[in-house]
Amino acid sequence: MLKRTGVASPEDIKGVTPSLERLSKGPIAIIECFQKIPCNPCYTACPRQAIGKMNDINDKPVIIPENCNGCGICVSRCPGLAIFVVDATYSETEALIKMPWELQPVPQKDSIVKTLNRAGEPVGEGRVVLVQDGRFFDRTKIIHLAVPKQDMMEVRSIERGTFK
Amino acid sequence: MKNVDIAIVGGGPAGLCAAITAADLGAKVILVEQDDALGGQLVKQTHMFFGSEKQHAGTRGIDIGTMLVEQVESNPNIEIMLNATAMGYYPDGVLGINQEENFIKIKPLKMILATGASERMIAFPNNDLPGVFGAGAVQTLMNVYGIKPGKRVLMVGAGNIGLIVSYQLLQAGVEVAAIVEGSPNIGGYLVHASKIRRLGVPVLTSHTILEALGDREVTGAVIAKLDEKWNIIKGTEQTVVVDTICLAVGLTPLTELIDQGGGKLAYIRELSGYVPIHNQELESTVSGIYVAGDLAGVEEASSAMVEGKLAGAVAAKALGYKPKAAEQIIEEAHQELFDLRSGPVGAGIRAGISKLQEVRQRC
Ligand SMILES: Cc1cc2nc3c(=O)[nH]c(=O)nc-3n(C[C@H](O)[C@H](O)[C@H](O)COP(=O)(O)OP(=O)(O)OC[C@H]3O[C@@H](n4cnc5c(N)ncnc54)[C@H](O)[C@@H]3O)c2cc1C
Ligand code: SF4
Ligand code: SF4
Repeated sequence: MLKRTGVASPEDIKGVTPSLERLSKGPIAIIECFQKIPCNPCYTACPRQAIGKMNDINDKPVIIPENCNGCGICVSRCPGLAIFVVDATYSETEALIKMPWELQPVPQKDSIVKTLNRAGEPVGEGRVVLVQDGRFFDRTKIIHLAVPKQDMMEVRSIERGTFK
Repeated sequence: MKNVDIAIVGGGPAGLCAAITAADLGAKVILVEQDDALGGQLVKQTHMFFGSEKQHAGTRGIDIGTMLVEQVESNPNIEIMLNATAMGYYPDGVLGINQEENFIKIKPLKMILATGASERMIAFPNNDLPGVFGAGAVQTLMNVYGIKPGKRVLMVGAGNIGLIVSYQLLQAGVEVAAIVEGSPNIGGYLVHASKIRRLGVPVLTSHTILEALGDREVTGAVIAKLDEKWNIIKGTEQTVVVDTICLAVGLTPLTELIDQGGGKLAYIRELSGYVPIHNQELESTVSGIYVAGDLAGVEEASSAMVEGKLAGAVAAKALGYKPKAAEQIIEEAHQELFDLRSGPVGAGIRAGISKLQEVRQRC
């Protein structure tokens, strides 16, 4: 499916979904990179050795859940924009998603935006909590988006045109 | 007549790295570029690159270009010639260059050709209408000159170039109606496909463009579904309303100069067409002429940079410059190339290179 449409299959996603136990402990990176390609900046960028050693540059990155603290450094370093951080402990009802954003416009803090899934289809709404920018991020901004908890493994983008 | 150790033709990532490496080893280098700026394809690549740290992965192509160009410009052993097209290489070892209508002759001891590749076209009715572009042209318009090619685009081809240029169109605020791809699978990296898909752009595999619509300019395109044998499935034709059709259907090595200079070519599908026959050290069939980058087989900027480094070190070593240091660079470059090509997406290149070696043994 992924190879034909660009949309990861439910099995692909299941394979990278952290355990409920790990999710209950705080933020963690979800790496949606399912193909062996010659690429490893995520691995070299992680300051906590939370991505398993890539002996061969073609190896797929694998998260080591106990080492990852969801800092999001890898999110802005991945040329595939394939890494997201999910924090299921954000609040009683909401989860926080950190996602890379390289488009215009850039949503303002506190704006309510329409959320999209991996196929670009509408999911619901989210609230922008923070937009990280600055030199370190090298023009790949990181949007911190609060979404209803049940949407946290669905939402992977936001709809342009639903914010200024 | 100018005498020099090494003349390098083409100022893309391969030529730049060849120049830096050879000059660092002590060789006097002239770098010849037909454009008014160095950088080759890198000047329009606003996305972060793949690869490993050694090839500056995670950095944007354009920033890699700027960094390499700065190294070249500050190197006293390198003379840069811009707006200078290498026209021909003659049996007496002279390279003829047209620089702003002045004909300049250079006599180098060694030569490295890194002329890159040109875009392919495909045949369909009305493909000559204004509004039909190559992906490279679209990228140049947008990312070098800041001009949008149109309002709504149909992209043809889901290799890395089609995927990346689609993404860059979205970044520029242009709508992408769809990406059509004849093959049943997406050819480019799936992470690129996913990042466009989640912005709502459909990637239609097993689909092709039948014709462009419009009288004086593109007003739409007819696309249709293909079966496993690439036959059009009747009744699946549909019209998409677009003002721009962008073709990203592959590149083919720019072999004119090496061909004219007497280098033998071989047709190797996996390397994207006719390529100069060359050995592991990138020497063509003409002694002392090396090839690097997309010219030696269309691949990636990461491998082009490493091949440039390899060719630069081989040529400098052949002239006796710091042979030990050169040898070490050569070894490292071979290892880096091996690593880059070792995975499943490198399978085509590996097959192409072994075919090329077979052809070389025979000639
Ligand atoms: C849209 C797109 C996205 C890409 N993304 C990536 C990526 O993410 N990662 C990656 O590794 N690679 C990527 N690439 C591939 C990469 O850009 C090329 O493989 C690389 O630029 C090849 O380098 P080169 O030096 O061989 O050729 P080029 O960059 O094409 O440079 C050749 C140079 O030679 C000059 N020239 C040609 N003929 C003459 C002549 N007769 N006289 C003088 N000068 C001449 C040209 O003007 C040009 O400047 C991408 C390519 C495209 C088009
Ligand atoms: S989120 Fe931080 S700790 Fe976790 S993998 Fe990424 S860089 Fe490492
Ligand atoms: S940096 Fe991104 S695309 Fe590259 S291997 Fe890591 S997750 Fe995959």
